[in-house]
Amino acid sequence: MISDNDVAKIASLARLTLTPEESSRYAAELSRILEYVQQLDSYSVEGVEPLSHVHGASNVFREDTPTPSLPFEGEVSTNAPDKSGRFFRVPLIIE
Amino acid sequence: MTDLASLTATEIASELDRGSLSSVELTRSLLTRAESKRGLNAFLDLYSDVALASAEEADKRRRAGERGPLLGVPVAIKDVILVKGTKTTCGSRMLANFLSPYDATVVSKLRKSGAVLFGKTNMDEFAMGSSTENSAFGPVQNPWNKAYVPGGSSGGSAAAVSARIAPLALGSDTGGSIRQPASFTGIVGMKPTYGRTSRYGLVAYASSLDQIGPFARSVKDCAHLLETISGFDPSDSTSMDVPVPSWSEELTQGIKGLRIGVPKQYFIEGLHPEVEQAVRAALQWYEGQGASLVEVDLPHTEAALSTYYILAPAEASSNLARFDGVRYGHRAAEPTDLIDLYCRSRSEGFGTEVKRRIMIGTYVLSSGYYDAFYLRAQKVRALIKNDFDKVFSSQCDLLACPTAPTPAFRIGEKVDDPLTMYLSDVFTITVNLAGLPGLSLPCGFSSSQLPIGLQLIGKPWDEGTLLRAAYAYEQQHDWHTRVPQ
Repeated sequence: MISDNDVAKIASLARLTLTPEESSRYAAELSRILEYVQQLDSYSVEGVEPLSHVHGASNVFREDTPTPSLPFEGEVSTNAPDKSGRFFRVPLIIE
Repeated sequence: MTDLASLTATEIASELDRGSLSSVELTRSLLTRAESKRGLNAFLDLYSDVALASAEEADKRRRAGERGPLLGVPVAIKDVILVKGTKTTCGSRMLANFLSPYDATVVSKLRKSGAVLFGKTNMDEFAMGSSTENSAFGPVQNPWNKAYVPGGSSGGSAAAVSARIAPLALGSDTGGSIRQPASFTGIVGMKPTYGRTSRYGLVAYASSLDQIGPFARSVKDCAHLLETISGFDPSDSTSMDVPVPSWSEELTQGIKGLRIGVPKQYFIEGLHPEVEQAVRAALQWYEGQGASLVEVDLPHTEAALSTYYILAPAEASSNLARFDGVRYGHRAAEPTDLIDLYCRSRSEGFGTEVKRRIMIGTYVLSSGYYDAFYLRAQKVRALIKNDFDKVFSSQCDLLACPTAPTPAFRIGEKVDDPLTMYLSDVFTITVNLAGLPGLSLPCGFSSSQLPIGLQLIGKPWDEGTLLRAAYAYEQQHDWHTRVPQ
């Protein structure tokens, strides 16, 4: 059901680079899993509202009061793989 | 005092009150025990000096007259929950060096209670798994038999409590990740009602299902830990503003007159005969004590596994998009451009099961498949919840069933077959999909000396009835007092 091409497309959407071995493994496994979950087609969902929050909560409002952010120096920048001053450094984006 | 390790949290608190034990003495002894049990691979980080310092602080607070059920009591924390200034790896290479920038709300609450943060426990990578074999830092052994898994994904926390290294631990439960390992290791584990505990500082897997909850060796300990970590948190808008009862003081109300629903869909082919026998015996005991048993119908149970394995990966694929190699986490060396940086950082950082679920989630959310998979699963989720609403509205006060279809399985037995692995959560995931509280307590052993768990499922916000029913059972059985050798 899931071809190597499908796997390549999904991997690209998910920003994953797969080895050829991983690709064929996932093609087989995803096919089986997706085939299994298609059992849901046998349930009638006509007129059923989709459930995303079990207690039916929707938006939760609060006063728009600013609070301090975590300081970049220390807690935040300590986990940065690469940084320059107050910034995270990434490869060149615009030529 | 000869055996400090086997004391429950309640016993520890009373020894500390009497002054016959200090938290420093206890913590030191448990740290030594943790070192001697390294082979279990239950811990990824032991707080050692920091734990001893907070034990000393707790002793000081007690000497000044302060009292509290967790004051000076060690608690182990699943490594998916942030403890400021210490590593949180989520069992992943991606976060192998990640330092927590702040405390999770449950951790702040523990600090306030005076609990001694003991260390971080091993887990399936990003809480995805049922055996703790998916950790980037190696599998955890079941204290009852080293060749067997402790369950997952909170396998390290379960093993730590079962092996008498820590009296209490925190886990997280998205599809059974507290209850199934509690069942496999012979201890008490509870997933509270969705929204009962704050998820702030819990690294997200599937946000509409994730809840933090307690592991303990007694029901009373479980109640104390749950009371401590529960409550509305403005930092988590999915936590709910619902009063937190004093469950630990309401345990002795008994079970006379309780109506226990027995869902027939949970006693199916494939259920291990010794599990069925142990669970049926527990049900009979309840009946003998004045509860009534009612067979109930939850017709959409069979759809739960499929629903879960669409919704949870969908949410995971979205939540884990944040790991981009830019702000934190693993970054691939010498990226050629930004896309290359994303792709290689993620592929090098994530393990097999995490990638598998990201792939499934991306697929079911992708254009052309969203309606057929994701939206349909959300609708079936509503049907599953309706099943529970219906039986709770008129037929019963709680449900009782097996926690898992089998006792613990062998390490390596299911790693090559994801679908079979997923089936070990078949009785627990319905509870997450419906947002209900669920508790697993020891109710027997298999002929090969592996623990068996009884699952109690309650109405939303009715953790009290589960704890009360579990407590009544525990008072007249000794499964929970057996110690793995």
